Amino acid sequence: MITKRIIPCLDVKNGRVVKGVNFQGLSDVSSPVELGRYYSQNGADELVFYDITASAEGRGLFTDILKQVASTVFIPLTVGGGINTLEDFDRVLKCGADKVSVNSGAIRNPTLVEQAAKRYGDQCVVLSVDVKRVDGVFRVFAKGGRENTGMEALSWIKQCVDSGAGEVVVNSIDTDGVKGGFDLEMLEQVCNLVNVPVIASGGAGCIQDFVTLFQTLPKVDAGLAASIFHFGEVSIADLKQELKANNITVRL
Amino acid sequence: MIVIVDYGVGNLFSLCSSFACIGKQAIVSGDPDVIRSADRIILPGVGAFEDAAKKLNNSGLADVLKEQALAGKPIMGICLGMQLLFDQSYEYGCHQGLGLISGDVVPMEGSIPADLKIPHIGWNELHIQGEKHPIFRYIQQGDHVYFVHSFYGARCDQSVIATAEYGKELTAAVAQKNVCGCQFHPEKSGEVGLAILRGFCDWEV
Repeated sequence: MITKRIIPCLDVKNGRVVKGVNFQGLSDVSSPVELGRYYSQNGADELVFYDITASAEGRGLFTDILKQVASTVFIPLTVGGGINTLEDFDRVLKCGADKVSVNSGAIRNPTLVEQAAKRYGDQCVVLSVDVKRVDGVFRVFAKGGRENTGMEALSWIKQCVDSGAGEVVVNSIDTDGVKGGFDLEMLEQVCNLVNVPVIASGGAGCIQDFVTLFQTLPKVDAGLAASIFHFGEVSIADLKQELKANNITVRL
Repeated sequence: MIVIVDYGVGNLFSLCSSFACIGKQAIVSGDPDVIRSADRIILPGVGAFEDAAKKLNNSGLADVLKEQALAGKPIMGICLGMQLLFDQSYEYGCHQGLGLISGDVVPMEGSIPADLKIPHIGWNELHIQGEKHPIFRYIQQGDHVYFVHSFYGARCDQSVIATAEYGKELTAAVAQKNVCGCQFHPEKSGEVGLAILRGFCDWEV
């Protein structure tokens, strides 16, 4: 049986790991290299390395730090932030990324997902989407959650998966940073829509939130979080023990 | 010295880092003479079988690998690199492999329950078959490793040394004489994966 994955996300700005509430008020947490190695050795099933300001500033991702992270991490590594072209894919894959996460780049260039999937395979292309309810409709936000694109989120996700996105990270802006649990309503609709792995992001505040996530929505493959891991509020080892105690398959 | 075969396919950065982490010298090369001088050979690979097989054939490295296999050198194929060791693959047509492991590579689609997602992606338990193969000497039955694949090795019962359950028992690792292969990614499987690479390095054929 395949296990449910627990994925710490390293949001990186200026070479440091940061995490804000609702994407604002960023505070420095730690070194991505140290944190990456720590997680790799302490039960994380995968790491996401995200250059959160790359997209807003219109520059490429810091490849030197990425290389340092990749050389000490022996679990799958997904890299995102400022991925706009096939050249960007190539660059981060050569630095040790296993999968590449596209967000704003796919919105700007709707053929990017298809081109990348053709060249590198579906499994390499992760669609990351920031979703927020606006007047009761799920809307796609771009540029790190700063800009409402007006696009309807579910049809956007479906379109990208049909084009070859091999996984979807669904980040709910409404629940992100609030620590009140994952956005189960949004996630359920995505799970019913696509047949590729769905990674839940935004809202985890405690161990029970992950238990609830996997019990309520067995089709969700992975739970992603940042600050609760970085600040030591939840240890991955404790989290996995609790999931196991609740009959959820995990790698211990 | 370990040589990781470079034939223009796949991400070799993590493999190099993995060997560095376990204190083994590994170099990346597509030079036949360098490959011939290796103590052990790693055949990596991600992507499509047909494209990779073409690259191996066109570069002449397919013949070098067959010759080195025949000479008794330990060879490990990883992921698509494992599939390339087989006789043939039915990934979008039928394409010849290196013929170092008897069997075929076939699609998961249609042979596992339809409600299971394809690719088989994530961490799964290794079910070591029969007497533990030397590459597994430092790991335990049931340890988890990381898989990403949509096709799998079939009709290779004699060579299977481990399986993983995903709707059925899928081939996870094979070995035939001095040639072995892992469908999963040891370089992405944490401490367990590093221990398998260490087992390969210590394997006395």
